[in-house]
Amino acid sequence: MKGRMISPGKTEGVAIVSEEPIGFYGGIDSKTGIVIEKGHPLEGKCVTGKILVFPCGKGSTVGSYVIYGLKKNGVAPKGIVNKETETIVATGVILAGIPCVDQIDIEKIQDGDTVLLDADNGSVEIK
Amino acid sequence: MYLTKEEEKILKGEGGEVMERLFRLLVRLGDIYGADKMIPVGSVQVAGVSYKSIGDPGTEFLEDMASKGAKVKVLTYLNPAGMDLENWERLGFPKDFAKNQLRIMNAFKSMGIVITSTCTPYLAGNLPRFREHIAWSESSAVSFSNSVIGARTNREGGPSALAAAICGRTPNYGLHLWEKRQPTIKINVDAELEFNSDFGALGYFVGKQVKNKIPYFTGINNANTDQLKGLGAAMAASGAVALYHLEGLTPEADLVEKDGLEEINVSKRELDETYEKLSSGKNPDIVILGCPHASLREISTLADKLKGKHLKKPIWICTSRVMKEAADRMDFTEIIEKAGGHIVADTCMVVSPIEQMGYKTTGVNSGKAANYLPSFCKQEVVFANINKLIEVQL
Repeated sequence: MKGRMISPGKTEGVAIVSEEPIGFYGGIDSKTGIVIEKGHPLEGKCVTGKILVFPCGKGSTVGSYVIYGLKKNGVAPKGIVNKETETIVATGVILAGIPCVDQIDIEKIQDGDTVLLDADNGSVEIK
Repeated sequence: MYLTKEEEKILKGEGGEVMERLFRLLVRLGDIYGADKMIPVGSVQVAGVSYKSIGDPGTEFLEDMASKGAKVKVLTYLNPAGMDLENWERLGFPKDFAKNQLRIMNAFKSMGIVITSTCTPYLAGNLPRFREHIAWSESSAVSFSNSVIGARTNREGGPSALAAAICGRTPNYGLHLWEKRQPTIKINVDAELEFNSDFGALGYFVGKQVKNKIPYFTGINNANTDQLKGLGAAMAASGAVALYHLEGLTPEADLVEKDGLEEINVSKRELDETYEKLSSGKNPDIVILGCPHASLREISTLADKLKGKHLKKPIWICTSRVMKEAADRMDFTEIIEKAGGHIVADTCMVVSPIEQMGYKTTGVNSGKAANYLPSFCKQEVVFANINKLIEVQL
């Protein structure tokens, strides 16, 4: 699938998919990489080392720092795939250096799929 | 994207290492979102101030920039900090937390940022005009400035707002453009909205439904600025709404194109269900008002209601230092303190470490606070109007 490069890099990993938007601030613990938002479909799951797939960001604009913090603390996802990346997530992934692509039909990606994310070419491949 | 000669020079590092790095971030964002050029900004508001939100990685990021001599080019205000910067000790904020919070404030101050610490900069001396381009980041302040004032800003992340402050520019895309400010969904409200919390409930419900769309509201005949700030805050928290229009009340409502939109109807039933859904707890240990930061009107309302009363359990009202000074002069602070409450400045319940201070259940009248407290402060929540919240603390 072809999309738009938000933040460069190439990586491969197992997809963790959320149909709901993610608000990183108050949504994911930057020390553990665990989703902490009450009632979120991914609540209690860990995004560390995964390809995190979700439609778009939501909530607080401090989310950029949470993404940066996840990386600095060594618990970031390997890559991010969105339907539409808004500024908060974009700023976070650029600063943190996490590969990210958007404008992807994320419904085609299933939880547990192995995904090759080539952000440099804006492409996502399900293996 | 077109860059001026001066901007090309920034990319070559002539404005210093920090400016180059931050300008690259802005150019990257501009390229992604299809900006044609950079535009000057009139003011900036930077989020990511509380030590609790940004932690050590964020603190080191800011200290690094400050130590390299970065300075802001335009009037720049700050989001709430994690504690009252003057009365933290008396209010029981932890010492080690305070030490880190003060490091952050020093880094901001040395960059020339006004360390106001409020999510309502428009009530504290940073007021943009209609159609002015700005780069603000706290989500409720973004909503208020776009919707109620008609200024133009995207939802900036903390670092991208900081970049705009230091470079004096932001990429021209999104809500800076008139065609992107058109409503994308219509919300017909058929319910009496009386308390500020009613607007919070409405905002929470609509934000969940519309996510990042631009709502156009009909059926709300009157609302003051406190209620509009509560409405926008809740929509920005449960969704990602950065701009809304309200028929007859907000400045762009008459100007935008609103034919043929998808419609959602909201009645009293949806609001009642939202009150129920947001209330996970029963008896608050503490009631915290002022999310977003209370206006002087909200503080005086609380003072009126608490005059001569004695609270069994505490009530805080969070506000900016500027409003607190006015409240001090008008004896509102004294009245509230005598009743056993506190006016807390510079911070709020969402970004302060209340869970470390022994509180388990918090009463709020804010849809935004009700949205964030369970996950970010591990609180049970009682979401109700101000009268009910005071009653349970007496």
